[in-house]
Amino acid sequence: MWEYSDKVKEYFFNPRNAGALADANAVGEVGSLSCGDALKLMLKVNPETNIIEDAKFQTFGCGSAIASSSALTELIIGKSIDEARKLTNQDIADFLDGLPPEKMHCSVMGQEALTAAVAAYTGETLEDDDHEEGALICKCFGVDAGMIERAIRTNKLTTLEMVTFYTKAGGGCNSCREPLEELLADTNKAMVAEGLIAADEAYVFGAAPKPVKKKATGFVIPDLKPAPAAAPAAPAPVQIAMPAPAPAPAPAPVAVAEAPTKYSPAKEAIVVSKIIEEMRPVFNADGGDVELVDMEGSLVLVHLSGACSGCQLASHTLGGLQKKITEALGRMVRVMPVAKT
Amino acid sequence: MTPVYLDNNATTRVFPEVVDAMLPYFTEQFGNASSIHAFGAEVGGALRKARKSLQALIGAEFDHEIIFTSGGTESNNTAIRSALQVMQGRNEIITSMVEHPAILSLCDWLEKHEGVVVHRIPVDKQGRLDIDAYRAALSEKVALVSFMWANNETGTVFPVDGLAELAHEVGALFHTDAVQAVGKLPIDLKTTDIDMLSLSSHKFHGPKGLGALYLRKGTRFRPLLRGGHQERGRRAGTENAPAIIGLGVAAEMALGSMAEDTARMIALRDKLEKGLLETVGHCFVTGDPLDRLPNTSTIAFEYIEGEAILLKLNQAGIAASSGSACTSGSLEPSHVLRAMDIPFTAAHGAIRFSLSSETTEADIDRVLEVVPGIIASLRQMSPFWSEEGAQPGGFTPAYA
Repeated sequence: MWEYSDKVKEYFFNPRNAGALADANAVGEVGSLSCGDALKLMLKVNPETNIIEDAKFQTFGCGSAIASSSALTELIIGKSIDEARKLTNQDIADFLDGLPPEKMHCSVMGQEALTAAVAAYTGETLEDDDHEEGALICKCFGVDAGMIERAIRTNKLTTLEMVTFYTKAGGGCNSCREPLEELLADTNKAMVAEGLIAADEAYVFGAAPKPVKKKATGFVIPDLKPAPAAAPAAPAPVQIAMPAPAPAPAPAPVAVAEAPTKYSPAKEAIVVSKIIEEMRPVFNADGGDVELVDMEGSLVLVHLSGACSGCQLASHTLGGLQKKITEALGRMVRVMPVAKT
Repeated sequence: MTPVYLDNNATTRVFPEVVDAMLPYFTEQFGNASSIHAFGAEVGGALRKARKSLQALIGAEFDHEIIFTSGGTESNNTAIRSALQVMQGRNEIITSMVEHPAILSLCDWLEKHEGVVVHRIPVDKQGRLDIDAYRAALSEKVALVSFMWANNETGTVFPVDGLAELAHEVGALFHTDAVQAVGKLPIDLKTTDIDMLSLSSHKFHGPKGLGALYLRKGTRFRPLLRGGHQERGRRAGTENAPAIIGLGVAAEMALGSMAEDTARMIALRDKLEKGLLETVGHCFVTGDPLDRLPNTSTIAFEYIEGEAILLKLNQAGIAASSGSACTSGSLEPSHVLRAMDIPFTAAHGAIRFSLSSETTEADIDRVLEVVPGIIASLRQMSPFWSEEGAQPGGFTPAYA
């Protein structure tokens, strides 16, 4: 059985505002029968003040779908249309003291029904959105197959590490490694067929890791030219947006057992700041930011802000950053988050 | 209020007699059956007795046709992998669309990564196998045919004996996943063409973590687990003696009371179905009405979703299960109900009640008392259900 919070249970067993609203003047209907949930949100909006005076719902769905719908009505009654527009699915989940990752789509459905109802009230047209994103692959961070596939295609990812770096999938308990490998291999295979990547770049399921190519001479600054932003095939997912104008993950040259220092400290700082710039969209995508504070010997000090500060995932994401910098500089560095002084 | 447990296809209560028989083998007769000393010998004797009891339950001709495993899943994996190895030159498998994941997921893997051709035979709306499609798929390229004896979700029984004969006509091996059938249906393997059969102890009041693979004498075989000489070298690893001994007792008890248990469960199941169909409306029983397990009833309640029903049932002290998407973590409803072409509105609201020999009339009365109210309360919240309650409302989502 799912681990529902007490508040989810309370709003499921004793839902507020369930049923039809006779004098509704804005109705939003969303859902998909095939995925087993549908929501009809009915609003009574005061045309003078644009205040939502009453709201009711009818939901076909599981316990958390019903609880999310009910929570949505509680959140918007008394709010103005403009205030309601700002409501996110996370607000619904927070109101319920959280939802299991597999159930976050219930909160998304609530937010979408609200968008549809507001559009009905204001007369705007609504773009079709399909929130089904395929099977949930990474349960730790709630990343589904659709999102991963888009990230692989948009950014031409060919290694598991990069998939984890861009989507977080596989960055937690790592138990989704097998389906993740399969998805990467399948997507790469299709990309080879479409001419998007070369056959020898494609990830092959179950293949032994490729030997690290030793660089012949000298050091090459990674080509940091951002790739032209590939238009995502579908609208960005509501929950976790992908970095839209993503940089091409240029294969970072790997320096092994070569001269420890290749650059002057000033040149190193330039390389490091370029790498941080390149990775910034990944941090931005999660609602946070990263900036370089200082470099001291083997320490690269960065400042994390927004959603990234205090996030348990930060250490994971920083690990990726550390690896890139280490590879680029050809010497071991440690990336440490610090407070801004 | 005593809880009502109607999820016996998921697992059953271990009978106290079974536990009593197991307990001495943890702390007193704890020896390794392979050991030469008295500790081992005592266990060896008890294991032989348990093997005989299981032999009787499934009507095997010889007791050495039984290989103890860790459960139904291991037995299924062993049977399929073994068949592919001993049938060199044949690389096709025939199975059905409604098998348990312990079969389907392995077949998906073999198809994708090991070059095996998999034929998945469809079923009709009652969940009955499409025999014509099966015949058409049979050829001398087929290494193994694997059909379940009884379906875990609907209880529909496949005519495995006849299906096995057809497999042998093209020289293919025949395996059946009988996890839901053993202990509930009379089985007499020596009179059939079945080469391999998987079973699981905890589905008939034995302990979890134990199963068996029946392997007809003379059937070529390759072990999944290699190591020691246990199970005549066909499944290495120290015997799980307490569990095997528990399974033996559970097998004896199932065989001893099967006829009366079956009659009682059928009467209670029919009472449950009749009562719900009469009082609830807009619901129907899935599966083959003529050939079903005595204990299984899956009822599809239209216009509402299964997990919501289960949560409310649980609150009322009733344990059941659902093939609905929301309880399994996927977005799709049960593959079994979809293969049966049950509409999405109903497939999402399918609830499985599975009885055991311990189910009482009071249990069924309690369900009949509680369910109509639960269904009505959820339908009132459903956008597919109109206020009048008689007909589904017209609901057009902005996208679908």
